[in-house]
Amino acid sequence: MAGKFSRPESMTDKTTHYCPGCGHGIIHRVMCEVIDELGIREKTVAVAPVGCAVLAYDYWNFDAIEAAHGRTPALATGIKRVLPDRVVFTYQGDGDLAAIGTAEIIHAGNRGEDLSVFFVNNGVYGMTGGQMAPTTLIGQTTSTSQFTRRPDKEGYPLKILEMMALLPGVVYLERTSIHSPAEVLKTRAAIKRSFETQLAGKGFSMVEILSPCPTYWGMDPARSMERIREKVIQQYPLGVVKNN
Amino acid sequence: MKAKKERTQEKGKIRYLSTGNEACGEGAIRAGCRFYAGYPITPQNELTAYMSKRMEEENGIFIQAESELAAISMVHGASAAGARAMTSSSSPGISLKQEGISYMAGAELPCVIVNVMRGGPGLGNISPAQSDYFQATKGGGHGDYKMIVLAPETVQEMFDFTHKAFSLADQYNIPVMILADGMLGQMMEPLEFSADIQPPAEPEKPWALTGARGREPLSKKSLFLGPGVLEKHNDKLREKHDEISLREACAEEYRTQDANFVICAYGTAARIARASVDKLREKGVKAGLLRPVTLWPFPEEALKKHISGETAFLTVEMSLGQMVEDIERIVGDRKRVGFYGRAGGGIPEEDEIVERALMVLDKSGKGARK
Ligand SMILES: Cc1ncc(C[n+]2csc(CCOP(=O)(O)OP(=O)(O)O)c2C)c(N)n1
Repeated sequence: MAGKFSRPESMTDKTTHYCPGCGHGIIHRVMCEVIDELGIREKTVAVAPVGCAVLAYDYWNFDAIEAAHGRTPALATGIKRVLPDRVVFTYQGDGDLAAIGTAEIIHAGNRGEDLSVFFVNNGVYGMTGGQMAPTTLIGQTTSTSQFTRRPDKEGYPLKILEMMALLPGVVYLERTSIHSPAEVLKTRAAIKRSFETQLAGKGFSMVEILSPCPTYWGMDPARSMERIREKVIQQYPLGVVKNN
Repeated sequence: MKAKKERTQEKGKIRYLSTGNEACGEGAIRAGCRFYAGYPITPQNELTAYMSKRMEEENGIFIQAESELAAISMVHGASAAGARAMTSSSSPGISLKQEGISYMAGAELPCVIVNVMRGGPGLGNISPAQSDYFQATKGGGHGDYKMIVLAPETVQEMFDFTHKAFSLADQYNIPVMILADGMLGQMMEPLEFSADIQPPAEPEKPWALTGARGREPLSKKSLFLGPGVLEKHNDKLREKHDEISLREACAEEYRTQDANFVICAYGTAARIARASVDKLREKGVKAGLLRPVTLWPFPEEALKKHISGETAFLTVEMSLGQMVEDIERIVGDRKRVGFYGRAGGGIPEEDEIVERALMVLDKSGKGARK
């Protein structure tokens, strides 16, 4: 392996389309490092979501497919059942996973599908222009919660991991963040553990990664990282939620 | 409601009584289908239940999905991974599958979808109907796409057409639909096939996502950004559709050789109309039946052969009139095309068809719509 800051083999040399300060790039990077480290690049099939990461297959140097919005875990189920010795993961936003695809994620977990799920929670719909997501915080203004998210009108932030923890088929759940280098390393470790869970055939695992969206949070990248530390992790506590 | 199924095997033929739904499932198994995902809905439940048993026996994969949206997406994944994959449902569930069908058509992925139609709109009822013709043949989901649509009329054809559907899907990398109805799905008839029937030859699938071992990574998608890129892809799909239209359109004809009165009907309606043709012949009417076997591509040439002269047409459907629009378009003279249809689970009777035929003839080809 070359120097520490060279590009992982699992990443292409394409420049990403992500906004400045977006978390997707960091998460792609550590995920691809782990794929290199585990030597699974040539047996990985990824399922990209509909969302900002829809073009992720341009940046990933392994097989990838796109799913219809939210059907990501169902599509991944089809691949994994046909190719049980491959590594199959989904990479999903909070609109994809926690709104339109809620049924698919719960049932893939409940069937105990041998999948890794990387759930990028940025609290908004990035791709469509910063609308409210199920994960949007109380008091947060978005283009479709112009008077902020109010529990009596817009409901509460959805804690998907805590819901998933109830399912016997789900074996490993962890929530991480990328607001500091130390947290990025924890995210990397959690991604690795998720892949290892799958490689051991133990069942369904999911890492929820709190990630900034400076563009639709309306703040600069540094401030966005601060916001995660100050506010987002109060609603979405970090750490292992389940480990069987 | 399980009838006893005596299996006999003589001269290398397997023969037994089967429901259409189960014949369809066996046709898929014998075609090498090893992935099935479905969600319960009447009148196709026997097919899902059958697959739950047969996939296990054949080391295939059966999944009862959380919805039809999920079921078709599972098929999407299985097909992208290179498997012969199938899903089935009935009308309301097929509406949900349109999302995945559009994605698969866009990504050029083969699969087989079975629609055992029931009455609609909405929840409708669970009786046989043919009211999803538009949805099946005109692209029920979004975007410019087509799928091949086969219309069986017997239990035997439920088996044969499903078997054939996998070869068409693989040949053109396209979703193929078996468009049946609750009658065909649930009735029992003798089924016969060769004991050593082979799956259609499976072409190489260099596009299958199996991991980038020793090759460049692949992606399978229906997203084509960039100026003109999607338009080019759409053009490529159109060329494929044109080729399929040219090569695969198929109709069956009954007593049409000297006919100057042609009934057009498919599936269950065609079975009934066949008897009406005989009755009309007894009355001295030179009647015949043109039965589209492929609904898309529509057998235009077969129909066009009958357009010359004074031939009048009667379209019979278990709907308020859907295929009739294609017949009118191809015949080019609406006045020559009569229609008889019953919807919502109503099934046209032989004599009703005869009566309507005579009315159409009395008006010398100016049959009024029911
Ligand atoms: C069926 C359907 N509905 C809506 C859309 C529009 N759409 C595209 S991405 C998206 C939400 C994406 O948000 P999220 O999953 O949070 O991912 P992010 O873009 O924030 O990374 C929506 C609603 C679509 N493509 N398909």
